Amino acid sequence: MLLEIKDLHAIIKSNGKEILKGINLTVNSGEVHAIMGPNGSGKSTLSSVLAGHPAYEVTGGEVIFNGKNLLELSPEDRSHEGLFLSFQYPVEIPGVSMTNFMRAAVNEHRAYKGEEALSASEFLKLMKSRSEYVELDSKLAGRAVNEGFSGGEKKRNEIFQMAMLEPKLSILDETDSGLDIDALRIVAGGVNKLKNADNASIVITHYQRLLDYIVPDFVHILYKGKIVKTAGKELALELEEKGYDWIKKELGE
Amino acid sequence: MVEQTYKDIYNKFHDELLGNSPEVLNSVREEAFEVFERMGFPTMDQERYRRSNIPSLFEPEYGVNIKHLMVPINGQPFRCEVPGLHTYTFYVVNDVFASDVNKEEYNALKEKGVIFGSLKTIAEEHPELVKKYYAKIAPHKSEAVIAFNTTFAQDGFFVYVPKNVTIEKPIQLINVMHADFDFLANSRNLIILDEGAEAKVIVCDHSEKDRKFLSNRVTEIYIGKNARYSHHKMVDSARATTSIGGVYIKQMEGSTSNISDIVLNAGFVRNDVHIDLAEKYAETTLCGVCIGDEHDHIDNDTFIEHSASNCKSTELFKYILDDCAVGSFAGRILVDQDSQKTEAYQSNKNICSSTHAKMYTKPQLVIYADDVKCSHGATVGQIDDGALFYLRSRGISEKEAKMLLKLAFTNDIIEKIDIEALRNRIKVLVEKRFRGEQHRCTICNSCK
Ligand SMILES: Nc1ncnc2c1ncn2[C@@H]1O[C@H](COP(=O)(O)OP(=O)(O)OP(=O)(O)O)[C@@H](O)[C@H]1O
Ligand SMILES: [Mg+2]
Repeated sequence: MLLEIKDLHAIIKSNGKEILKGINLTVNSGEVHAIMGPNGSGKSTLSSVLAGHPAYEVTGGEVIFNGKNLLELSPEDRSHEGLFLSFQYPVEIPGVSMTNFMRAAVNEHRAYKGEEALSASEFLKLMKSRSEYVELDSKLAGRAVNEGFSGGEKKRNEIFQMAMLEPKLSILDETDSGLDIDALRIVAGGVNKLKNADNASIVITHYQRLLDYIVPDFVHILYKGKIVKTAGKELALELEEKGYDWIKKELGE
Repeated sequence: MVEQTYKDIYNKFHDELLGNSPEVLNSVREEAFEVFERMGFPTMDQERYRRSNIPSLFEPEYGVNIKHLMVPINGQPFRCEVPGLHTYTFYVVNDVFASDVNKEEYNALKEKGVIFGSLKTIAEEHPELVKKYYAKIAPHKSEAVIAFNTTFAQDGFFVYVPKNVTIEKPIQLINVMHADFDFLANSRNLIILDEGAEAKVIVCDHSEKDRKFLSNRVTEIYIGKNARYSHHKMVDSARATTSIGGVYIKQMEGSTSNISDIVLNAGFVRNDVHIDLAEKYAETTLCGVCIGDEHDHIDNDTFIEHSASNCKSTELFKYILDDCAVGSFAGRILVDQDSQKTEAYQSNKNICSSTHAKMYTKPQLVIYADDVKCSHGATVGQIDDGALFYLRSRGISEKEAKMLLKLAFTNDIIEKIDIEALRNRIKVLVEKRFRGEQHRCTICNSCK
């Protein structure tokens, strides 16, 4: 078992509002899980809580990741342990170059594993080969992190970082939004190239089209802070066709 | 009254002071002393000195180096090396010019007709030249700190760049505070660029850590018609050192200046910058990066005067304060009535990374002309939480992530420095400063 979330409750620190109201989810190595659900249901909050965002407080439940109590780890150690979040809204960081950013990240990962820092040339080679995974324009690597990147470039850049860090579990929060049709294929191709029997992904999306490329083993519906339905990939097709009303009806709303 | 000591010194040693000094410097001494006598040091109830208690700085019984004594530096002198950068290097130790101008390394300057060296010596050798500019730009009649400086000034650095002469290699002036006892240094620099001349000056302020030092350094700079001048100052001093004084610049038609102030390490700094764009089409870029922690105090009082039409000024200052550091920035811009087509931009952005750090910022634009483009903005904030989390989520430790963000914050200012090797060096030094790797004299070999 790679990730086990048990009855996870979380609130927004600033206003005390409970967003996650008892999430249960188990992810094994080699699996792809899709999470769908209406706007505002808590999908991004779940990703943020897993990544350790300080705006949220866990008020109940537990999360075991790779045999460790995830909730006790700092955001950086969650990353070192192999968790990766592709942000729904990647942050622009003027003044920090992509190269310096990635060098710091890769070398801290290596240090955590007791490996030596990469030499400048090894690092640049890695940058180059991984940017090819998502056909990231080499000029972007010379710029400040996400600064002035188009919506699609930002998403490509997220998957490029995933390729650099080779996580065990990647959470892709609406990585498809903002991508044109070709870019969607390229980015999904990059994700698939990184897929193996030892890692897993949680793909958050509103649309079936991404799941045509990244085929999920399970589809979950997150609604009002809870996972209310889990099924195979056919659930996504059903949602695409019928929307969420039938789920609400099933729940007696 | 703390002033009394200095008044007594002046009266008692008046003859000796005049006897030691060139006529040109003496000619304004009496007048300056009268101003100081009348005004006293500025107190904190004066608007421009609300954040810096100047009288208290003079309370230790420093005395004044009336005899113009040189404190010899034993062993290797301070060498501020910037990799990849060759400079004409000059030293002022405390308040005495300490370089031998007859050394071969300065020959190229001489060949170009540049007059340079000790202000005291040049004022004796070229009294007409010095007289024309000395005490004409820094307002000793209205500013007590300058009046004090003018009252006691005997020496400092002087350079005159003749008409249409370009000095490619930067001039580096290293001010060192060095003594076995507490010391007040009162130095005076004069830099003159004649019409069409071009020069770059790098100023490094250093001090030893074991003694209490106070330096009051006043620099006057005249930038002639169409001349181009750069002035980059880096303060890297011990915490027990206090620096006051300032840079006073007058720019003539079509001239440009690129001025920066980098405060890397300092206990207490009060720095005044006054740029007078005296004739049309003059341009200036004035930048500053100030880094403070513990109980550091960094106060910049800037004043850009648009006295003529079609001039442009761009002013950018950033402070990063931690622990209990206090920062203050005042940015006065005055656009005179006839200064049409003025462009004046000012920005002061600050990060206080601890709840005890304090930043006071005060933009002040006074515009009398109609046809002007002016803007100003000031912010005081913390490190951006969203950016911090993004970096940490990639495995970058909180400490390292904060460091990267602080560096990023200073980056656009450092980019304005027009000497590439210096820019790169400053980036390295700023990073070391944030990492807490070196606490003082980061760039001089003698302190390693
Ligand atoms: N930091 C925050 N401050 C205030 N409200 C928040 C914060 N984070 C989340 N919320 C609120 O919590 C609810 C869930 O938000 P979340 O972003 O998790 O939804 P989502 O399922 O990802 O929606 P979408 O499909 O639109 O991306 C929303 O009502 C949102 O406004
Ligand atoms: Mg979301």
